[in-house]
Amino acid sequence: MRTDAVLRPSDVDSLREAVRQQPRVWPKGAGTKTALAPPEGAVVVDVSQLRGVLDYDPAEFTFTALAGTPVREVEQLLARHGQYLPFDPPLSAAGATLGGTLASGLSGPGRYRYGGVRDFVLGVRFVDGQGELVRAGGKVVKNAAGFDLAKLMTGSLGRLGVLVEVSFKVFPAPRARASLRVDRADFEAAWGLLRALYTSSFDLEAVDLVPPGTVWVRVAGRPESLPTRLQRLRAFLQGGEVVEDDSRIWEEVREFRWVPSGWTLVKVPVTPRRVLDLERELVPTASLRRYSAGGNVAWVAWSEEPTALSDLLDRLGLRALRVLGPPGPPFLGRADSDGFSSRVKQALDPVGRFGPYP
Amino acid sequence: MDRARVLQGLRTLYPESRILARPAELAAYESDALTAFRARPLAVVLPETREEVVATVRWCHRHGVPFVARGSGTSLSGGSLPVPEGIVIALNRLNRILRLDPEERIAVVEPGVVNLDVSRAAAPFGLYYAPDPSSQPVCTIGGNVAFNSGGAHCLKYGMTSNHVLALEVVLADGEVVRFGGESLEGVGPDLVGLFVGSEGLFGIALEVTLRLVPKPEAYRTVLAAYRSLEAAGDAVAQVVASGLLPGAVEIMDRLSIEAAEAAVHAGYPEDAAALLIVELEGEEPEVEAELAELLEVVRASGAYEVRLARDEADRQRIWKGRKGAFSAVGRLSPDYLVQDGVVPRTQLGTALAEIERLSRRYGLRVANVFHAGDGNLHPLILYDGRQPGQLQRAEELAGEILRLCIRLGGSITGEHGVGMEKRQYLAEMFSEPDLEVMRRLRRAMDPGEIANRGKMFPVPQKLEAAVAS
Repeated sequence: MRTDAVLRPSDVDSLREAVRQQPRVWPKGAGTKTALAPPEGAVVVDVSQLRGVLDYDPAEFTFTALAGTPVREVEQLLARHGQYLPFDPPLSAAGATLGGTLASGLSGPGRYRYGGVRDFVLGVRFVDGQGELVRAGGKVVKNAAGFDLAKLMTGSLGRLGVLVEVSFKVFPAPRARASLRVDRADFEAAWGLLRALYTSSFDLEAVDLVPPGTVWVRVAGRPESLPTRLQRLRAFLQGGEVVEDDSRIWEEVREFRWVPSGWTLVKVPVTPRRVLDLERELVPTASLRRYSAGGNVAWVAWSEEPTALSDLLDRLGLRALRVLGPPGPPFLGRADSDGFSSRVKQALDPVGRFGPYP
Repeated sequence: MDRARVLQGLRTLYPESRILARPAELAAYESDALTAFRARPLAVVLPETREEVVATVRWCHRHGVPFVARGSGTSLSGGSLPVPEGIVIALNRLNRILRLDPEERIAVVEPGVVNLDVSRAAAPFGLYYAPDPSSQPVCTIGGNVAFNSGGAHCLKYGMTSNHVLALEVVLADGEVVRFGGESLEGVGPDLVGLFVGSEGLFGIALEVTLRLVPKPEAYRTVLAAYRSLEAAGDAVAQVVASGLLPGAVEIMDRLSIEAAEAAVHAGYPEDAAALLIVELEGEEPEVEAELAELLEVVRASGAYEVRLARDEADRQRIWKGRKGAFSAVGRLSPDYLVQDGVVPRTQLGTALAEIERLSRRYGLRVANVFHAGDGNLHPLILYDGRQPGQLQRAEELAGEILRLCIRLGGSITGEHGVGMEKRQYLAEMFSEPDLEVMRRLRRAMDPGEIANRGKMFPVPQKLEAAVAS
């Protein structure tokens, strides 16, 4: 069923040529989202040779890079200038590329504070279904000219076009960070804390809830105010253990190292209130869960073929994206076919070169 | 379709009292905040329910009658300018906040809800709706969605696009679609991101789910006066480089200070060549620590007077002057054009010097009020429409400023949209294949091109000349 054919274009022209010549194409970066597999009969176009930062002026707080550039490379460059991508791009230590991060639409726990990958992308260049190189958006932080195809590409899974180049805005990195770990006797009590934090005026970088009853909160800012802020937070939460050296802990989260090897990991968008319903359904199953971004996303690790998970999510009216584990159809749970996305698909890829929209 | 038959058709959908067709009734709808353009529609309809909007769009699609959706008509790019052979669908009566869910931090609203009313409704829960265009006491969410409106506080939290979670839309051929969800995260392509800023070319938003954010615990608003505009521009670069992330960084030049002072008595320092407004927001201990650094940076940047807002009333006064600056400039000149371009932040000084040079060359005064932290310029070009040729000169000057923005690597619009005004310049920012993809998307949603016809896309030069005459 899987095809072995892989093309590795070394420049944009050969990428366009590859798209024009193949009836069915599936773009791939570093392949860190192992569950996302090419549609049947597709030729894999590996864009990892299209890499490198094209434009980065630290004073501008923006950068432009080729889509195959590893996120980690950019993060290291930014760090040298005291800057960062606040949404904690997942799997960057594993080698994730900028294009793959945008196309899969994935953000890590830090998306809580300033938004996710869709909120930081400024512009894109991509090859559409007819092999044309198309530019949209821009390189400046504010831009309302033309349709925002850069946002559209977020989560498009390579089925609307092959990303060639991406521009992002970045923020000044906080000078100090610490985390607070709060344990409660049961899930419902911990969930109560998460919801209280969600409507509070605390500026938190990350708020994650880990069953059975732990809330992790990350605070960042200036070193001189951090102790006071943590103290106030502890007073609000009536306790909590301060973890000062927390970078390893959050890296484990970003890299999904808590997911057992071979298990399927899915991303489930949810809302803080509905987290409790979802958890109640999942408790009796062979799964591991982490509720991130203040309860706006559930990461669910599932030990076997996720058919039962898909049914369970469907019953709750939830839709999910398969991320890690054995390959399979990308979406689980509630089917979501609307007249809008099919028209978008038709406009960008009229001959279906990038496969049907599942 | 002729006027009589259009009216006949509309009478099957609306009672007589909600169809405006007499010249006196139509006058108010002939233009929006870009008053240089005027066009009289065949009729204006006033739907009160989403079903009526859908029925109207379907009727227009069936009969090939173009429509323009309109909220409060505050577009500065001519985005809600009517088409003479079409109708206006005025959405102001669809102004219900359908659901306010403070625990989920969500507001579900109809398109005619006024921007500031969302924040007012959310205020008792300690929440607010972040995007704050200067027109927020009157502009509507539907218009904000169509043009991806910004405001003074985009630096940290982005524009409208970053605050819309879900949409129900009637596409131009009458199909009703829903996309997005109530979560901050989604799976699949970001359709909401595509619809926001599509300038009414895909259809009409019937229901908008907005994200609310907790009101910051504390604000610190600093006002600094400079002897030159360049010095204020340099100060912005220093504030940004310091690693601070203010909620807003704004600049006003001498002309706009004078106007604002005369209009609202904001209490700005006299004789300043430029004012810098920087607002920090967040947790009390954090903003207090940031303030010390900000004051240090600002003082070192050559400000001759630095003030800190004493209390909330003082802060509001500072913002009132800033947000009222556009209309206040009306006191200085019979007419003016508000421009909206973006340059890379490091090019602000270059852009301002060039605008000053252009202003002298054209013999037209230009007032500058802008979102400096974003590199988003708002030059206000002052002219007198009664003087023959002045409007044309003002438009040429505006065009040169837009080309300057493109040349410096920026954009022809940061937050007002392309609309009528800048459609010729879109082709200078994007190549033909880029525009062709956008046209394909437009036709996929609106095969008859009846939704907000004539906006955003460049038109052939000959046609443009015919329209102008």
